[in-house]
Amino acid sequence: MTQDQLLYASLGLPLLALVLNYLFSSSPNLRDTTTVVVASFLLYVNVSLASLVFSGERVASELFEMVPGFKIAFEIEPLGMLFALVASSLWILTTIYGVGYMRAHHEENQTRFFGCFAVAIFSALAAAYSQNLFTLFIAYELMTISTYPLVTHHGTTEARNGGRVYLGILFSTSIGFLMLALAWTYQIAGTLDFQLGGILADAYASERVSTTQLTILLALYAFGIGKAALMPIHRWLPAAMVAPTPVSALLHAVAVVKVGVFFVLKVSVYVFGIELLHHSQISVWLCYAAGISLVLASLVAMTKDNLKARLAYSTVGQLSYITLGAALATPNSVIGGGMHIAMHAVGKITLFFCAGAIYVATHKKYISEMKGLGRQMPFTFGAFLIASLCIIGLPPGGGAWSKWFLATGTVERALDGGQTHFYFLTAALMISSLLNIAYLIPIPMQAFLGKPDVPTEADAHGHQSAHGHHDSIQQHDDHSNQEHSSGEAPLACVIPLCCTALGSVALFFVAGWIYEILLPITQK
Amino acid sequence: MIEHLPILQVVVPMIAAPVCLMLVNRRLIYLFSLAVCWLSFAISVALLGQVLDQGMIRYEIGNWPPPYGIEYVVDPLNAFVALFVTGIAAVVMTYAPKSVAVEIPEAKQHYFYALFLVCLTGLLGIALTGDLFNIFVFLEISSLSTYALISLGNSRRAPLAALQYLIMGTIGGTFFLIGVGLLYQMTGTLNLLDVSMRLRELALVDEEGVYYFQQTRTLRVALAFMTVGLAIKMAVFPVHNWLPNAYTYAPNVVTSFLAATASKVAVYALIRLIYTVFTVQFAYDLLPMRFELIVLSLIGIFAASLAAIYQTNVKRLLAYSSVAQLGYMILGVNMINPSGLTGAIVHMFNHAIIKGALFMVVGCFAYRLGSVQLDDWRGAGRRLPWTSFAWVLGGLGLIGVPLTAGFVSKWILLMAFVSNENWILAGAMLISSLLAVVYIWKVVEVVYFSEPSPKVLESKEAPWSMLVPTYVLITVMIFFGCHTTYSAGIARRAAFMLLGVPVE
Repeated sequence: MTQDQLLYASLGLPLLALVLNYLFSSSPNLRDTTTVVVASFLLYVNVSLASLVFSGERVASELFEMVPGFKIAFEIEPLGMLFALVASSLWILTTIYGVGYMRAHHEENQTRFFGCFAVAIFSALAAAYSQNLFTLFIAYELMTISTYPLVTHHGTTEARNGGRVYLGILFSTSIGFLMLALAWTYQIAGTLDFQLGGILADAYASERVSTTQLTILLALYAFGIGKAALMPIHRWLPAAMVAPTPVSALLHAVAVVKVGVFFVLKVSVYVFGIELLHHSQISVWLCYAAGISLVLASLVAMTKDNLKARLAYSTVGQLSYITLGAALATPNSVIGGGMHIAMHAVGKITLFFCAGAIYVATHKKYISEMKGLGRQMPFTFGAFLIASLCIIGLPPGGGAWSKWFLATGTVERALDGGQTHFYFLTAALMISSLLNIAYLIPIPMQAFLGKPDVPTEADAHGHQSAHGHHDSIQQHDDHSNQEHSSGEAPLACVIPLCCTALGSVALFFVAGWIYEILLPITQK
Repeated sequence: MIEHLPILQVVVPMIAAPVCLMLVNRRLIYLFSLAVCWLSFAISVALLGQVLDQGMIRYEIGNWPPPYGIEYVVDPLNAFVALFVTGIAAVVMTYAPKSVAVEIPEAKQHYFYALFLVCLTGLLGIALTGDLFNIFVFLEISSLSTYALISLGNSRRAPLAALQYLIMGTIGGTFFLIGVGLLYQMTGTLNLLDVSMRLRELALVDEEGVYYFQQTRTLRVALAFMTVGLAIKMAVFPVHNWLPNAYTYAPNVVTSFLAATASKVAVYALIRLIYTVFTVQFAYDLLPMRFELIVLSLIGIFAASLAAIYQTNVKRLLAYSSVAQLGYMILGVNMINPSGLTGAIVHMFNHAIIKGALFMVVGCFAYRLGSVQLDDWRGAGRRLPWTSFAWVLGGLGLIGVPLTAGFVSKWILLMAFVSNENWILAGAMLISSLLAVVYIWKVVEVVYFSEPSPKVLESKEAPWSMLVPTYVLITVMIFFGCHTTYSAGIARRAAFMLLGVPVE
């Protein structure tokens, strides 16, 4: 296949999955098998694409002009390719996991569920391949819309409220700030095409824009890209946790949030250009905003007893690492940020898979109820432990490397021109990692070493009312409490989470390769 | 034949209207009107093609050369307007019979078809004629038929709404006529292009080549009267109060057609008046019209969007939304740059499709549930999935989400505001889009996340004869959200033509 064909095959396969989903909706087995097959094809296509892109070939294609002067066009660069690879490989595992999870839960509307999933993957890929801000923006918005039905899948009042926050924050930031930022960028630069070295650099060099204006523009981007969940616009992410766990896993640990931080990195590298950000100092405030966000989010995560909520806040914190990488704008920090997209994706999806598996097997979603579960579910909690290491940044988790490069970035900035205050950010990274340990490691530890509480009927009841905002899943699945009371979750759930846990370790050893492939984006 | 297209466009529905009354069989009337609507659409497509090929067409009626006779002038702008007016008419007419059967008393149904065609005639006439008095005549033709169409509604309040509109509409029409009279007094002609040339003669050019006008009080008054007259027709903010009632109590088919076309044609007339007849220099230098229209539109956008949020009657909600959306068009018209004008024109087109589709969705709900109260739509997502989903899609278009036509017009308008460095307008437009999210999503949540209401429980999916035309419009809306050669492309050509600059 030619390069163009590969590119469009990569974009078309998720849509094919969508169509096949609806065609075979009457036969769930056939439907889910085709999705897995299509997803595998997609991975194959993406690997072929990646081998082209990483060997330095230019894969680009223009689709059509949507509005006079603004076209939908794709050009794959290393960062986008890496993101696409992560998203497409995790899609296969999530589909398998999703089948296990959704069926164990007897969820309704599974066809719509997997259909929307495919559209979300499509928009993630379109975002990854986009050649200009316009295309990226459209893919970004499409993703918001396609994931809304997933977030509100249960159709309950709680789902509605979660969906309201989700859509409200994501739409208001993207329409209110991001669209304005795009229009302004076009006004300044005369183009929205991504360019290594940044499209705003010329305007800045010729003093057509002031630093104040650029700072405001950067703020419009930073807060307009709501999916990057920089505090204080992170609230949609915990709200999205009302979704079934496969959604939280792939979308709110990988696709949706990563599109956000990917957007931030693209803006930093290809719109402003790291040279400009570095020399004009306009992103210093963003470094601190991200620094504060990552420490605060970790602190909030510690207070959450609901496992998914804790993981959601952990995600908020980890996304801020990537935003920090983009804002620091040194070669190492940008590579660290890009790398963390992959590392965090694999680590966090494992944690969510585990959370879902625990829920499927035991119907427990509060950490305080999970003592002693490790003996019952050794694989799940083992995977949880390994993935935790990845998130924390301890070897042999892949996260060690990305955090290392980010820390190096802060030190570089600190040494550069005597801006020693950047050491505060180095400290923030360290503190945050310690906090990560504090909120993640106790979970598997208590599961393996703790003794299960033997709750009386009344206790269990009291606990429920203490956590007043109970998920609706609880209600219509209580009947299956008995049959799952012992052992691991279904194999379709356990195998994917073991795979991703192993993946997070494997990434530790291939970090050098990732560094190599990301290196070109830091060189003008 | 081909050279007579401009007049055929208006005359075909005009002659067909009385024929409707002569036919006896209701089925036959429907088929006949349907054929006429689609024929008009075909004519408008041919006409637009001709204009895009050959440039402006001037058609002398009865071979009387202007200024003695009436002349029809067709250029990319009004051919484009005629295209979407007839297009919407054709789709709405296809959709109509079932909805008409339940919403209009049997004895009055044949009037509906006749009046619909008369109204279409009026709107097309306003669009195509090159004569000021003729514009007034067609304005009255369309208005009179509209009053009657509104009063066909089943609701007892429909005649009252029609009366309210009648009073406002008559004031508007009269104001317009006064303006025409004053203009005639000053220039001695009624032909648009002629008036425009005479006005230029009245203007003096100073040393720096800038136009300025002397003795212009009469002209100013004329412009003011005509603008206010059209503003009433368009339902610009302070004179909008006839619109919510009219749209709410008219039969759904009528509302779909009116909401999609009537106000747009008035916007067209305003654009024509400002850009072709009076010229921008006159209209905007001598009257503080630009500032006033911008302020009024802004107030209108926010006030009407906020009002829409609090409505419990879905038709009224959409009616207020129409007032708000109209504000965008006026803002675009007042940008006086190609981008703003393109945005205004393309938003006329896109909004016609979107609002037409949404009111048709309301019609589908009303057909099954017999109510347009939001409360009765609770949980309809389960019983009327296709109808409900059509609302979501149409709503996304209204919000202006990418890949829908609404996004295209908002993007172009945004670029226009930003290129004028008009940050207030840019911000206002984006914030008001968020208000649209609120009022659209309010309905979505009720439809999908509530326990079904009793009416929903005993209903089923809307009939295909209504759903298919609705989805045709939705598809068109998505098509023009992705491919804009025939929407934004033509609008751009029209904008450059109006501003008298060559297309870039």
